[in-house]
Amino acid sequence: MFELLGIPPQALFGQLLLGLINGSFYALLSLGLAVIFGMLNVINFAHGALYMVGAFVAWYLMQYLGIGYWGALILTPVVVGALGLVIEKTMLRHLYKLDHLYGLLLTFGLALILEGGFKYQYGVSGQSYPVPAALSGGTNLGFMFLPFYRGWVVALSIVVCIATWYAIEKTRLGSYLRAATENPKLVQAFGINVPVMITMTYGAGVALAGLAGVMAAPIYSVNPLMGSNLIIVVFAVVVIGGMGSIFGAVASGYLLGLMEGLTKVFLPEASNIVVFLIMVVVLLLRPAGLFGRER
Amino acid sequence: MAVVKSIRPSGTVSGRFTGNTRLIIGVLLIAALLVAPYVAYPGFLMKALCFALFACAFNLMLGFVGLLSFGHAAFFGTAAYASGYAAKVWGLTPELAILFGGLVGGAMGLVIGAIAIRRQGIYFAMITLAISQMVFFFAIQAGSITGGEDGLQGVPRGNLFGLISLEDSLTMYYFVLAVFLLGFGLIWRIVNSPYGAVLKAIRENEPRAISLGYRVDRFKVLAFTLSAALTGVAGGTKAIAVQLASLTDVQWQMSGEVILMTLLGGVGTLVGPAVGGALVVGLENYLATSGLPVTMVIGVVFVVCVLVFRRGIVGEINVFLGRRR
Repeated sequence: MFELLGIPPQALFGQLLLGLINGSFYALLSLGLAVIFGMLNVINFAHGALYMVGAFVAWYLMQYLGIGYWGALILTPVVVGALGLVIEKTMLRHLYKLDHLYGLLLTFGLALILEGGFKYQYGVSGQSYPVPAALSGGTNLGFMFLPFYRGWVVALSIVVCIATWYAIEKTRLGSYLRAATENPKLVQAFGINVPVMITMTYGAGVALAGLAGVMAAPIYSVNPLMGSNLIIVVFAVVVIGGMGSIFGAVASGYLLGLMEGLTKVFLPEASNIVVFLIMVVVLLLRPAGLFGRER
Repeated sequence: MAVVKSIRPSGTVSGRFTGNTRLIIGVLLIAALLVAPYVAYPGFLMKALCFALFACAFNLMLGFVGLLSFGHAAFFGTAAYASGYAAKVWGLTPELAILFGGLVGGAMGLVIGAIAIRRQGIYFAMITLAISQMVFFFAIQAGSITGGEDGLQGVPRGNLFGLISLEDSLTMYYFVLAVFLLGFGLIWRIVNSPYGAVLKAIRENEPRAISLGYRVDRFKVLAFTLSAALTGVAGGTKAIAVQLASLTDVQWQMSGEVILMTLLGGVGTLVGPAVGGALVVGLENYLATSGLPVTMVIGVVFVVCVLVFRRGIVGEINVFLGRRR
């Protein structure tokens, strides 16, 4: 086999795959953040915590109800989405008239409650969640070994991102949504129930985080702090991509995952901070983000 | 970005009073702080004062410029390391070590402020958070200076001006109190200066401040630098007083905590954040032994503050006093 700059290809492609996996989660989470921000103008700090809740819900379903991965894949987003509806209806709703920062602060408090609660109950050690039988094992691609489950995660996340993009950009419901983002009063005057739409949007965005949680459960162990550092990276991803665009959120998610993977190969010490460094550079050169517009 | 609608002060406690009344309240507060160590445990009081100064410095940004920084732990923690290192390895006297911490905090504030100021509102919060996370990872990597997971332990309290030993907790307390009062006085001076008036003008109506010819970005960066420098002083003092600088000081949860202190005490009031800081430190002290989940309780306080108690304690008092007039 060939060698690249003294790096064995197995290591290179292995890290790239790992980067792509991380990128899939960045993309799913920043997509949810972008959807919520677009409609509510709220940065959902609880996103990482809800991703963690998603993983725990999958684990509960397995542990107490005997529902496996495939069932959890459907049920978990529903459960987490419902939790989102409750949060929006009872708390977030009252803050829209105030400065947007209060939305950030409220969801930060919620993140502390969720993470603190789960940590109190389960400690910081993880609960293991098995890879579904149909996707166990892997295949040798010649230049690297590909576990089936990881391939599935990448494929599913791409499908979900495209589906979300399609729903927002190409369907009638999506057009209502975009219209309500631009001018909620006018859309309401046309007889569309904007408050309900806002609630549903938050639910849907949060459900995406729940879905990401289920997908992450077999890869990372299910633990109470799995979302707390991730969310900060995702914030940086969102700043890099630019808040205005769904496409930007998704594309920069995958892109930064890959960049992080590459850094792990060539400069392991910097892999934790590479995303933040890129963010600083992007801010200096293009303050609105790579795909964003100034507003 | 929408103009900040409600993160604004409802006046300061002393602002409601004039002349002599203000003087009397001030003297009473200082007298209370002077006798406090005979009533409560000095170790706890020192920590409370450090965090009170931290919150006041943070409030300079949030309350008087209207920008929410989610990265002040970076200044607090780095300055704690800097002061601790200077005192322990270089053998600097405590006042010089703390000064050094303040300088390090200020220098970082200048750089980070210049980057973050390019975006406003929510973005500003997210960017400062991300940059402070970067600082956190640096602190882990630089284990030879920071001590990694163990932290920088056994920081000597040393001799003040090379003369007065601070080993005694009571002496140390009065030194911390002096630092706090100096820092607080400086913040008071900044807020009530022409410069402070410009900051308030920027907070209330930025486009108008620009049209009046103020170079808004420079004012903001300077405010951020001052806030970071004072945060550094608080962090350095904490490192000397507690004799420890650790990753907890530089972690993003600390940035969240200082927001809570400010919010609880009253955003944009002068003494509010100090009250909030003391309360949060007290609450954590109490919870640490109670077996309750600390993070969760802090989260609940946070949510309650945001939902129903946005003026904070001192802010509510102001409104109450204002109504009675």
